[in-house]
Amino acid sequence: MISNLINRKIFTLLKVQYSNMLEYRVEIALWAISGIIPFFMLNIWTNNNLNESINISDIMLSRYFLCAFFVRQFSVVWVVFSFEEDSLMGKVSPYLIQPLNPFFRYFAQHIAEQITRFPFAIIIAFFFFIFNPESIWTPNLGILLLSILSTFLSFLIQFLIQSIIACLCFWTEKASSIERLLFIPTLFLSGLLAPVVSFPAYVKPWIYLTPFPYLIDFPANLLSGNETNISGGLGMQILWILLLFPLFKKIWSKGTKKYTAMGS
Amino acid sequence: MVQNIIDVKNLSKSFDISSKNPGIKGTIRHFFNRQTKSLKVIKDISFEIKEGEIVGFLGANGAGKTTILKMLCGLIYPSEGSILVSGHLPFRRKENFLKNITLIMGQKQQLIWDLPPIESFYLNASIYDLDKFEAKKRIKKLSEMLEIDEELFTPVRKLSLGQRMKCELLAALIHEPNILFLDEPTLGLDINAQRNLRKFLQKYNKETNATICLTSHYMKDITSLCKRVICVHEGAISYDGKLKLLLKKLSPVKEILIVCRSEKDAAKLESLGFNVKNKIKNEITIKVENNSITSSLKTILNNFDIEDLFINEPPIDEIIGKVLMKKDYDI
Repeated sequence: MISNLINRKIFTLLKVQYSNMLEYRVEIALWAISGIIPFFMLNIWTNNNLNESINISDIMLSRYFLCAFFVRQFSVVWVVFSFEEDSLMGKVSPYLIQPLNPFFRYFAQHIAEQITRFPFAIIIAFFFFIFNPESIWTPNLGILLLSILSTFLSFLIQFLIQSIIACLCFWTEKASSIERLLFIPTLFLSGLLAPVVSFPAYVKPWIYLTPFPYLIDFPANLLSGNETNISGGLGMQILWILLLFPLFKKIWSKGTKKYTAMGS
Repeated sequence: MVQNIIDVKNLSKSFDISSKNPGIKGTIRHFFNRQTKSLKVIKDISFEIKEGEIVGFLGANGAGKTTILKMLCGLIYPSEGSILVSGHLPFRRKENFLKNITLIMGQKQQLIWDLPPIESFYLNASIYDLDKFEAKKRIKKLSEMLEIDEELFTPVRKLSLGQRMKCELLAALIHEPNILFLDEPTLGLDINAQRNLRKFLQKYNKETNATICLTSHYMKDITSLCKRVICVHEGAISYDGKLKLLLKKLSPVKEILIVCRSEKDAAKLESLGFNVKNKIKNEITIKVENNSITSSLKTILNNFDIEDLFINEPPIDEIIGKVLMKKDYDI
């Protein structure tokens, strides 16, 4: 009964947010195109034969970066910026006195945006395959489903991390500047610029203890068919979610007590 | 006996405010050594509100009326004291409590800007666990009361301020709350839109017996909706009681403008011992105490053949303005 009600709320939120996102389809197409960093990185790697040092073939590397592009498209999160703006402008106030945590709205916005992005991402992949026909492959259904799950878990980790930072708005007002501190490790350690396997052996074990390699590297390796520890990767993703979720709840509950409803 | 729906005891709220001196020196000092001080914006206030009452909160800018409303609806946490609204501690924001209240802030919107309001209404309906049939019924009923129709299907960004405010009201009332917190709901609306909104609130209160707490700088909102007012001055309550009583106390006299047939008559009237405010040719304005208006009019009409006569109430804004400047009103 309760889950039905929650599902109905989420479904309506999704429906409404999807209609809203369709109003911004050009903007979303541009965002999708702006996410092609992995293709630039692929170019740098293959032109300099860097892949030879880590024993990955050209084809596997191009599949990896295509998958990194896909994972990035469906796990990109901006909740800290939306929440910060809403919080400073007083727009959070009406949401706070509704019987639904405002973060569900942002969550639905992200999912709706991902659905809107999907066709654009497919078009970009189509062009990628035209220029790299040798990279075409069909992942088996099991792997595909696990990759979708892993991408969703990656999205959840990023959403929780940003939501925790967003809650710091209750104390600092400009929480997005803290998020920028995380940008560098996310960029370098997530696998967006280079597969984590290419990092020096002495840092790799440390990197795998952070949430970053499970954001892009793990789901991208999984989908592209590169060798990866599936249960270990999924386990770590779930572990990070289990660690971050109670932390988010705690900070949210403490933060709302500090809320001053400025701007309203 | 009508029950208290809001019970506030010794409520206080303090905010930490940081201060900065002007200039580069002040900026650098502010960067390295931020000075904050605790500012008590609500000071030990207590009041009760009965079910179905419409109460106006009056006060100058920064007096603390909006802060009081925010604490009553659970948006901000009180520093000291207790609040019970409909049997709940507002700040806990329990689902049962949130389903019973609504907060409307003038010019702050919850409608989704790029979509028609109907989408926001259905979204709110599902947030408040209303099924589609019930939601449809309530949207129909409220849109009839608010006299909106085509606006439901027009993107919010294309609506006028007045139309948008009506839609905001519908979105905020779709769950039929028992307690309405309205913070300057008529801000920026034209005279007709203000009147329609007031009419709607009166009707809603009459039909649902909802309790309404209202702040407004437009005195017409207060005089046409509220029998009771709570005046807030620098975070403390300076008056809590009937609006009529306050006006009577603060404005014990009325002004009567008499247009006489001739200047001679006006001069004669002046000599009768009335408190004359001014006299211009054949027009004379006198001040008469409220309790002697009838006898004064009798005297004038019996003794003079007058051309015209006007009884003027002193401007309510002026009277309330006096209240807002004073710390305490003992009526």
